[in-house]
Amino acid sequence: MQTGAPFSFERFTFPDLKTLLAKASPLRSGDVLAGLAAGSDEERVAARFVLADVPLKRFLNEALVPYEDDDVTRMIIDGHDADAFAPVSSLTVGEFRNWLLGDDATPDVLRNLAPGLTPEMVAAVSKLMRNQDLIAVARKCHVVTAFRNTIGLPGHLAVRLQPNHPTDDPAGVAASILDGLMHGSGDAVIGINPATDSPEAMIDLLKLIDEVRERIDIPTQSCVLAHVTTAIDVMARNAPVDLVFQSIAGTQKANESFGITQAMLAEAEDAAKGLKRGTVGNNVMYFETGQGAALSADAHEGLDQQTVETRAYAVARKYSPLLVNTVVGFIGPEYLFDGKQITRAGLEDHFCGKLLGVPMGCDVCYTNHAEADQDDMDNLLTLLGVAGCNFVIGVPGADDIMLNYQSTSFHDAMYLRSVLGLEPAPEFAAWLRKMDILDQNGRTRPQLDGQAAQNLLAWSGAA
Amino acid sequence: MSKLSDKKIPSGLDPWNALRIHTDARIGLGRVGDGLPTERLLEFQMAHARARDSVHMAFDASGVRAQLASLDQTILDVHSAAPDRATYLQRPDLGRLLDDASRETLTTHKARYDVAFILADGLSARATHDHGANTLSLILKRLGDSWSIAPITLATQSRVGLGDEIGTALGAKLTVMLIGERPGLSSADSLGAYLTWAPKPGRSNADRNCVSNIRPAGLAPEKAADKIAYLMSEARKLGLSGVALKDNSSSPALIEG
Repeated sequence: MQTGAPFSFERFTFPDLKTLLAKASPLRSGDVLAGLAAGSDEERVAARFVLADVPLKRFLNEALVPYEDDDVTRMIIDGHDADAFAPVSSLTVGEFRNWLLGDDATPDVLRNLAPGLTPEMVAAVSKLMRNQDLIAVARKCHVVTAFRNTIGLPGHLAVRLQPNHPTDDPAGVAASILDGLMHGSGDAVIGINPATDSPEAMIDLLKLIDEVRERIDIPTQSCVLAHVTTAIDVMARNAPVDLVFQSIAGTQKANESFGITQAMLAEAEDAAKGLKRGTVGNNVMYFETGQGAALSADAHEGLDQQTVETRAYAVARKYSPLLVNTVVGFIGPEYLFDGKQITRAGLEDHFCGKLLGVPMGCDVCYTNHAEADQDDMDNLLTLLGVAGCNFVIGVPGADDIMLNYQSTSFHDAMYLRSVLGLEPAPEFAAWLRKMDILDQNGRTRPQLDGQAAQNLLAWSGAA
Repeated sequence: MSKLSDKKIPSGLDPWNALRIHTDARIGLGRVGDGLPTERLLEFQMAHARARDSVHMAFDASGVRAQLASLDQTILDVHSAAPDRATYLQRPDLGRLLDDASRETLTTHKARYDVAFILADGLSARATHDHGANTLSLILKRLGDSWSIAPITLATQSRVGLGDEIGTALGAKLTVMLIGERPGLSSADSLGAYLTWAPKPGRSNADRNCVSNIRPAGLAPEKAADKIAYLMSEARKLGLSGVALKDNSSSPALIEG
């Protein structure tokens, strides 16, 4: 691929496109750790001035990771839709930001544009945007998916119910599922991170969730977040798999460190679709990502962590997922140091995913060695709600006792729906009303002496 | 339990509280409007405060040295290349390298040893303060006379990988590092043990065996010592550690870089 003369602005020079992107990126510890961050605030803004003048077309002609070496690059280049790109093909990155904020960039226009954008274009424009720009444009990107309910409609917020237990104890998992359902969570998915990644453990947990779902006819889907190869294995044994999960990243090398190939993802998607378990749609994949994942596997290929993260969304969209979420603060302070960096990254990831046509949610979270607390989570959660995030995570009391980090809680999701007037997924909301968990005003006010409570208690007592 | 659901519940209480016997997860918290009752809010804040204090607590190497006095072993202090906690948290690479003075200290003790034990602060100095010396003593009691033991090192601002340079500098065939794990909300004092055969810089987590969650309310130090002593003898017998050395335990390994 071609490389031109170095970019320059005043006394600063940037040897190539990937260096320019890295230096233009808002400050974060992971880029400092990788030795890629701008050396000063002035250099950072200088890089943005230069980046603003780069034509979007250049990203099609200059691969940041060589086409020959990396199957993610090949997926991006080979899958690019030139016709969809046409409306913005003459723009620079700076002009693209102006265009996105303008009134001509309507939800329909943005939906049609998505296949014409590459992750590098999207990452580039995000680096020129303030937080409010990331929110305003993401809010115009509606990415709707469906399986047993419909996720991503404007004015709606779904929640993944995450009932993890350190030993996968069935009664412990069931107790957390019950708690979540009674707080109106679980429409995105009831999704368990298993303590043990084995086919047997996966089948046991799938059966546990499937039983309650069928018994009280919950319009939602389940997922046990084991490795994709484990899911392929249990599907061959006729286990009740709704969604196939996998962690993905933005380079071939990073995906290899996760033990995955594109062929495996395609095989899993085919197998899960073939089960025909969806009722209102057939999006069967669930992916997780997060800034820093590629660097931590020493597989970032010299890219800044936000750009390489955005490339993961190009991997995701190929398999028409129901859900994709960035686990934004999980990785620790060496990648995102504090609440400010986590907040910025969460908004970037949501914006970049949505603009690429990916059904983005966010695990708003932090670890105990990061400079962050629940106030930071409240802030990011609220901002993402305003931005139209498809779903967030619900963990009992925000404390995941298996993965040892803090996410958002069932209560947090109730708060967000309440202050922003957001509804659960329509099919799930109807069920919540039928079960006397939502009241006439759409508030989560479960009738504790109602039939829902009786049925759920009976089930959890038996689990 | 079904009785509970027949009752009218006062605001702020939650009938599912009874289900808490099944899990340590924070279920049945009750609610006020859409929010948490005050007591639950403050409980969470206290747990987070304890976890954060464990992360930022300075490592009291001399206190640990005093706890180890009865073992009659040579004890050395070492420090990583991360000068302070803020640097340590943002630069894990520096936490895996010795500073120059420590490297010199260890070199003067270089010999041929079967095993080098390292007590390190990691991400929870509290864990090492509370359970490090005790766990080490219990391991030593389980070893026969056939082990030649290097001077014990107390490592400040240390990541797991620092053990590789320590083991190399001392000339040890095996390192056993006891190190504070990243605190969870309900486990601010959890210690991890990492065993590495033929330690040398550049070893990856796949080359190590990990025994995790060592604390009285988790994996009790006595049981952890059984497991570690077992893994040590297997490592020596087979001449390896890591994924090829099977630990017959069911506890999930929480590997921390």
